[in-house]
Amino acid sequence: MIELKDVRKSFNGEEVLKGISTKFETGKVNLVIGSSGHGKSVMMKCMVGLLTPTSGNVFYDDRDFTNLEYSKVREVRKEIGMLFQGTALFDSLTIEENVEFTLKMFTKMSKAERRDRVDFCLEQVDMPGINDKYPSEISGGMQKRVGIARAIALDIKYLLCDEPNSGLDPVTSRLIDELLQSITEEFNITTIINTHDMKTVFDIGDDVIFIYQGYNGWTGKVKDIKHSDNETLKRFIQASQFD
Amino acid sequence: MDYLTWASKIDVCIFTAEMTFFTHFGSYLLFIKGMFSKPEKLSVYIDRTITEMNNIGVGSLSIVVIIAIFQGAVTTLQIAYQLISPLISKPVIGSIVSDSSMLELAPTITCLVLAGKVGSHIASEIGTMRVSEQIDALEVMGINSSGYLALPKIIAGLIMIPALVIISIFLSNVGGIIAGEASGILTSQEYLQGARESFLPYNLFFALVKAVTYAFIITTVSSFQGYTTNGGALEVGASSTKAVVYSAVAILFSDYLLAQLML
Repeated sequence: MIELKDVRKSFNGEEVLKGISTKFETGKVNLVIGSSGHGKSVMMKCMVGLLTPTSGNVFYDDRDFTNLEYSKVREVRKEIGMLFQGTALFDSLTIEENVEFTLKMFTKMSKAERRDRVDFCLEQVDMPGINDKYPSEISGGMQKRVGIARAIALDIKYLLCDEPNSGLDPVTSRLIDELLQSITEEFNITTIINTHDMKTVFDIGDDVIFIYQGYNGWTGKVKDIKHSDNETLKRFIQASQFD
Repeated sequence: MDYLTWASKIDVCIFTAEMTFFTHFGSYLLFIKGMFSKPEKLSVYIDRTITEMNNIGVGSLSIVVIIAIFQGAVTTLQIAYQLISPLISKPVIGSIVSDSSMLELAPTITCLVLAGKVGSHIASEIGTMRVSEQIDALEVMGINSSGYLALPKIIAGLIMIPALVIISIFLSNVGGIIAGEASGILTSQEYLQGARESFLPYNLFFALVKAVTYAFIITTVSSFQGYTTNGGALEVGASSTKAVVYSAVAILFSDYLLAQLML
């Protein structure tokens, strides 16, 4: 479980996150929705320590991530897999080397064991047989799937995805959604997805947090979202043509 | 009144520039300090260092060879032009070219060129990784990104750049001999006689101290500029340019400082 307690973040005096408090449960697909520029990505970066919150705390299963020493932060990060909006695959490495990267750095696996694990992860994302290609040689959707394979290479507990469907066609988007849902269930991990794709929300979401202008605008179950009396959330859903 | 206004504006500008310099210099020192944590896996760092040694050393060999030969050849011709006198023996030309190659030309000119070639490559490589979130990905994986990316380049630079400088010293003399023979100014025996007579092992030591200092400057300044890139493709280009300019200025400053301290 990941818990945020009154997380605030300012840039040059301008407050972008205005006291976010919420919990993301294990074994569920937790969705963070909201318009662009309202603080979703900043919140995710605060959660993994790429940005330091101005105040507030982030807890990973009762470990206060915001107040840990750097060496302990790195230990927690080994339990986190993250899928970046632009995939962030290492372009100088092949697909196999990308997926193998954390295994090589943090495990004592032999080359053969690492190769088996890479093949397993690539099969999980339905991308077998592309081991020797470079990221620039495959499509955006394939890169996203390789990004997921890289994220799950180690036995992670938390999977964070920043707009995994951005720039993808509807068919590939659904494939990515199904993949994230099945991985969450299979490995019983805490998955958090930043999105403004309401189809993703209704297809795979369990719990939803709506970020509006840096505030926690609404929190609840997906099934309750359409019956919410929150006006800004209603407008957001209407704009997505899912009312 | 106007004078005071301008004076105070200049004061503010100087203060701001000083603060900016110290802020950047402080960040640079913190960046270097941040690299020195226990490596996640030593074998990976060793592999990366060997790869970087190949990139920096072997990758720069051709340009160093060309520069060193022409540098020695041109210096020989110019020294001969300035020392036309029956009172000066010809081996003196060899001793001057040999000493100036070792003391100044080979280390400084070679490293200024490497600041352009190696420095811009390092800054643009790391800068591109920064703007495409690859460095963020490393951090989220629990890897010390500055150590993983910059440390192998720095160690490779500290090993290979002095080696390139030694090659440059040798080839400068080869260039000098070729130019002397080709132009009929002095024979290779006369050149070598002068070079041997003036040779001091301390001069070679001084050249190596310079090479190590410049190697550290080129690799750390360029890595820092790349690592702190913010924005997109335009900023990667700007970081690359800054890496070359700052490295060159720091090399020239440390050139003067080392000459003052060690000669």
